[in-house]
Amino acid sequence: MSDGYVTPDGRTIGEKVLEMRNITLRFGGVVAIKDISFDIREGEIRAIIGPNGAGKSSMLNVINGFYHPQEGEILFHGEVRKPMKPYQIAKQGIARTFQNIALFKGMSTLDNIMTGRFNHMKTNMLSQMIWKGPAAREEQENREIVEKVIDFLEIQAIRKTPVGALPYGLQKRVELGRALAAQPKLLLLDEPMAGMNVEEKEDMSRFILDVNDEFGTTITLIEHDMGVVMDISDRVVVMDYGKKIGDGTPDEVRNNQAVIDAYLGVDHG
Amino acid sequence: MSDQLLYGIEAAINGLMTGVMYSLVALGFVLIFKASGIFNYAQGVMALFGALTLVGIQSGQVPFSHLINAVFGTKIHHFSWEVPAVAAILLTIGVMILFAWMVERFLLKHLVNQEPIILFMATIGLAYFMEGVGDLMWGSDIKKIDLPIPQGINETIDSLTYDWFGYGFYIDNLDITAAIIAVFLVVALTIFSQYSTTGRALRAVADDHQAALSVGISLRSIWVIVWSIAGFIALVAGVMWGAKSGVQFSLSLITLKALPVLMLGGFTSIPGAIIGGMIIGVGEKVFEFVVSSSWFGDAMGFTMNATENWFAYVLALLFLVFRPQGLFGDKIIERV
Repeated sequence: MSDGYVTPDGRTIGEKVLEMRNITLRFGGVVAIKDISFDIREGEIRAIIGPNGAGKSSMLNVINGFYHPQEGEILFHGEVRKPMKPYQIAKQGIARTFQNIALFKGMSTLDNIMTGRFNHMKTNMLSQMIWKGPAAREEQENREIVEKVIDFLEIQAIRKTPVGALPYGLQKRVELGRALAAQPKLLLLDEPMAGMNVEEKEDMSRFILDVNDEFGTTITLIEHDMGVVMDISDRVVVMDYGKKIGDGTPDEVRNNQAVIDAYLGVDHG
Repeated sequence: MSDQLLYGIEAAINGLMTGVMYSLVALGFVLIFKASGIFNYAQGVMALFGALTLVGIQSGQVPFSHLINAVFGTKIHHFSWEVPAVAAILLTIGVMILFAWMVERFLLKHLVNQEPIILFMATIGLAYFMEGVGDLMWGSDIKKIDLPIPQGINETIDSLTYDWFGYGFYIDNLDITAAIIAVFLVVALTIFSQYSTTGRALRAVADDHQAALSVGISLRSIWVIVWSIAGFIALVAGVMWGAKSGVQFSLSLITLKALPVLMLGGFTSIPGAIIGGMIIGVGEKVFEFVVSSSWFGDAMGFTMNATENWFAYVLALLFLVFRPQGLFGDKIIERV
């Protein structure tokens, strides 16, 4: 499987985009992640699941640079990544959403999604003030991409609405839009369906599948609700108490005894 | 029109102009508060420091000359040159940008994610530190701003109003200049924050640090930009106030005048800072005019003086009771 694989529905999965090697993350004496290795391949939907407190969000925060692991290596496109600031990692093409929606509440939907284009803006502040031309052209180009994202997520009606005033499900969608606008190489979704009703969950699943299908975006998502994840992901990492207890296709994971135990709460002692 | 009414209108117009000068200081507060949630107590001292530096550079003063003389027994105080006004202004702006960078590097960087009260305390410390550095660098004597800023009575307004009402209004050219500059600054800042990429990033940082980081915005460079702009505004305010009353250390007290302006206009609104300043300026002048007048004394049996010292605070207090977010501030919504 070193050069990718073909999914049951016929999509070709490519090379490793990101590889985590023996990652260990500690907060003082608490071990949040213990010696975990896995990879994320070009074009796949990769899920990280596990019960509450398993270390899933910590793993995502390691990937996007909010946390720095004490041990282990992270390889991005085959090269070892030096410890970097979150904004530098964002510049490399890793975008994310947050479990507890982190939008710019005072700004409109349009402006929020425009911030997603920040990394693609080349003209700096000084040149914006002096030469109006290039900056305006760039703004125009970015605006077109943002409008495509808005159309794609079917949120035209709320373009000018301050996002603080939107219902929860729509806010989640705007946040996805902001991440999409960055045209990321790797998209991280932290519990994209948390707190949603069944209908909203179905909408969100559809958007995630469409993003992967239409733009070929590599997606890594976290969920603790197994149902939806098993339906949409190609491969699944299962975590429990900071350790990896399973890794494979949804079917493999479903039949893994350790995973079943973790979810049903079997006494390990 | 009666004389009293005319005097009253003149007082109101002068109040309006003074109010704009308050706004100049308040603007700097709003910028930093919006971008980082910090109430920057040092804004007034930054105005003082900016004006001191400008005068010092322009007149060719040797920085830290007292210190150098005390240590080495020398008697230096000025270089043999004077710097042209434009060059001096540019150099001072450079100093303010350097200052912004230092604040970020040595202060804010170490206080990320701290409580607002701790950041506030840090800016109080910064204020006194800067006052000391300003003293050490440029000396504590009162200095005169040597820039071609128009000053004195505006003849046109004087003669026009004399023709119309038979009474010439005394409006100072300096106040008019300050008002024009303030309006220009507000328009420029609003356009910058609404329509430029950096402005959008600035608003993003103000809203949510983590989310801003995740889309690739560097908090540190945004903070340097914000403090640089606030430093520039402080310089403008310092120069205008310095031209009015000389560059002296009491200048830093304009911080206290900006506070009620902020309560009125809202801590997060740029236009609010201007309107709040004007309301306070007009309010305190008109109130003083009314309660110190003889007809008020006749009607009420007493008159009041020096109300300008406290009027702004009482007005701000009333606002706090009825509209705590200020006139234009973001509405405070607490979801339960």
